[in-house]
Amino acid sequence: MREFPVRKRILADKLFKAIILLLSFACILPMFFILFFITSKGISVINWNFLTQLPKPVGEAGGGIFNALIGTLMLIAVSTLLSVPMGVLAGIFLSEYRKGRLVYLVRLSIETLQGIPSIVIGIIAYVWIVLPVGSFSALSGGVALAMMMLPVIITVTEETLKLIPDSLREASLALGVSYPRTILKVVLLSGLSGILTGILLSVARVAGETAPLLFTAFGSPFMGFNILKPVNTLPLIIFNYATSPYPEWHRLAWGASFVLIVFVLGINLFTKLVTRRWKVQF
Amino acid sequence: MPGNDTDDISVELQYPMALLKESATPDVPTKIHARVKARWKSGFSESSFRKILYFTGVCVLVLLAAIFLSLVIASFPAIRHFGVGFLSGSTWDPVRGEFGALPFVVGTLIVSFLALIFSVFLSLPTSIFLGEYFTRGATCTFIKSMIELLAGVPSVIYGFCGLFLLTPLVRSLEVKLGVAPYGVGILTAALVLSVMIIPYSASIGREVINLVPADLKEAAFSLGATRFEVIRKVILPYARSGIFAGILLSLGRALGETMAVTMVIGNSNFIPTSIFSPSNSLASAIANEFTEATGRLYLSSLIELGLVLFVITTVINVLGKVIVRQMGVEG
Amino acid sequence: MESTILRIEYFNAFYGQTTVLKDIKLSIPQNKITAIMGPSGCGKTTLIRCVNRMHELNPDARVSGRILLDDEDIYARDPIIVRRQIGMVFQKPNPFPTMSIYENVIAGYQLNGIHLSKEEKEKIVTESLRKAALWDEVKESLHRKGTFLSGGQQQRLCIARALAMQPEILLLDEPTSALDPKATSHIEELVAELKNNVTIMLVTHNMAQAARVSDYTAFLYLGELIEFGATGTIFTAPKDKKTEDYLTGKFG
Repeated sequence: MREFPVRKRILADKLFKAIILLLSFACILPMFFILFFITSKGISVINWNFLTQLPKPVGEAGGGIFNALIGTLMLIAVSTLLSVPMGVLAGIFLSEYRKGRLVYLVRLSIETLQGIPSIVIGIIAYVWIVLPVGSFSALSGGVALAMMMLPVIITVTEETLKLIPDSLREASLALGVSYPRTILKVVLLSGLSGILTGILLSVARVAGETAPLLFTAFGSPFMGFNILKPVNTLPLIIFNYATSPYPEWHRLAWGASFVLIVFVLGINLFTKLVTRRWKVQF
Repeated sequence: MPGNDTDDISVELQYPMALLKESATPDVPTKIHARVKARWKSGFSESSFRKILYFTGVCVLVLLAAIFLSLVIASFPAIRHFGVGFLSGSTWDPVRGEFGALPFVVGTLIVSFLALIFSVFLSLPTSIFLGEYFTRGATCTFIKSMIELLAGVPSVIYGFCGLFLLTPLVRSLEVKLGVAPYGVGILTAALVLSVMIIPYSASIGREVINLVPADLKEAAFSLGATRFEVIRKVILPYARSGIFAGILLSLGRALGETMAVTMVIGNSNFIPTSIFSPSNSLASAIANEFTEATGRLYLSSLIELGLVLFVITTVINVLGKVIVRQMGVEG
Repeated sequence: MESTILRIEYFNAFYGQTTVLKDIKLSIPQNKITAIMGPSGCGKTTLIRCVNRMHELNPDARVSGRILLDDEDIYARDPIIVRRQIGMVFQKPNPFPTMSIYENVIAGYQLNGIHLSKEEKEKIVTESLRKAALWDEVKESLHRKGTFLSGGQQQRLCIARALAMQPEILLLDEPTSALDPKATSHIEELVAELKNNVTIMLVTHNMAQAARVSDYTAFLYLGELIEFGATGTIFTAPKDKKTEDYLTGKFG
């Protein structure tokens, strides 16, 4: 058997390490490119007018993204309101009943739900809300986003509550506190920071979603607070402007992208920093 | 208050008052429960709470079933009209009412698999980097955070950057190669998509590589193997199914990705002929045409595209999760 | 004249098909400390968990027989009321981590939605912490979280929390087994003083502790009550051979 000379093997080892290093750093290059371009092209667009004005028609210079900002916040509010109560309760269900047929099926459903492409969720919201209501609406967009937030909130709630030791439940029950109060006032409260973090992270995720809103919230050039009417959001405005043939609109799209990225990455960073401080010690 | 049987029971305690009064006799047992007993009502009882929990669990199941059923029912006109031929029909012509999904299925598969190949080139080394070479410390945290940020960037921004930064590059490449200089097309979409799905396979890969038992590695090292050889011969084979599962998961993600692909794939309803051709994926076709769909057949055909997409992604995701569970790693 | 506050009659406890307690017949005297001792697995923890109906939290648990508190069967009443009358302190101190010391002591009221005025709350907190011999150590930091206290202090906090509910009986499940000797002796001194206010049932696997602290001792073995009597008598002149064997260390 011919033995591979040691020097060659060591060389191969060093070469491999170099390649691994190179490719790993190459992996994050796109991130730098994206951040660099969006910041350089977008930051100059940001000014007070940009943030507080409505979009102008084609041909007119200027205009802003105010309605998109409001619309984004509206959709976040609607989807959070719809998904959090059910998500937290379902998470409590999974963490209290660890085994059983229903638990297994629910877990399976959540995993499936999480993997559904966002555009298919948009179709569902269209069929369930847009068709009966008769028009595009913030409500249908909110419902679509809520369906996307739901699996994450359930999972986060379950994981957080599972970490809470039984001794806490026992301490509360031994004081004569009823089971519902024990779960809600003691267990849930102890896990609140983890659950809030999960909610924030899923908000960050849906804030950037476009596909499910293409035919639900749809977008609009107007300002509106009516949830039964179409509404504009940051991602929608970026999509519409970026794919348009007008350079002025492209410019605005860079600005909107900058705002969106700051918002989304900001929430992610915030949760990373704050999670450590909020964590409850047992 | 007597007769008050709401949840919050106001109990006038004599206990503290007895202490304040100097004349309180020590053997007057002022017990709370004596008063509470008289008016106690469980209010929100345990069984109703448990019923609510159960009900919520059932709601989740119902939601999923409703989603699937709605997709089927809404695509019914198209299913009835085209039958299985829908999937093999190669013409998608809304004007003539011919709806065949094959161009989109082909587009989806080519773009996704191409993206997968590109991304594995970068994510596998990163997994090895984070799972074996730099498992902790500043470099590790930095790279890990960057990868996580990649997953956090909204899809429309990827599409935007792809459209304005990548497309010119691809266009000049196409000019050099003498191919039609669209700039957009399958290659561009695959490149953008590959960056987007890196985090999914990288993080799972990192975890499984990290979990390879130390004693296996040490046994190899003690026999004089170099790190490269340990990785090649011990770690990677051991972590093989976990890495594969991570790849499957990012495939699932790639298949369903919409916005970035829509913006750079070129929006053509014909079966692509080369990687430079413009095309459409299932998702991008829906995104492009849904708001313009007129007529029941058109709309239900688009919805049937959604159903096909739903089935494909669910199957891939379930497969990935099953493999992850078999390996005993939390995916 | 001693009165009996708790009577356990023909009591059996089961986990699924396994019998954990067999035909227990026991009368607990009021305002005294009764130690429940025995080797591991003899059912002593199950016994006191049946007294405050925590045993039934396990879905496989079943009981038969009666436990009478002040001549009323606790199994005929709402378990929540029973638990407000019979307090429990656990082996591992478990103060609520999100609450301050102050809030921990009155947690029983707060969590049950019982409204108290500020003066009433202050009185209860002060009194309970004094009774638990913790007041002097924490009076300056009542509004800090309870988890920064030492193990022994946390346990006394848990005792204060249980005492705040003014229970008739206080169940202590091996309260010192997770504590160091100094903290242990603090708790033992405390328990001796507490009996003027509450009846105490103390589960312990430590014979010496039972001998030091209790007035009466019950010896359990394999789910059966072997012997019960005044501590002095049990330890010096046990009637049953098994008791004698246990005390002399033939098994443990």
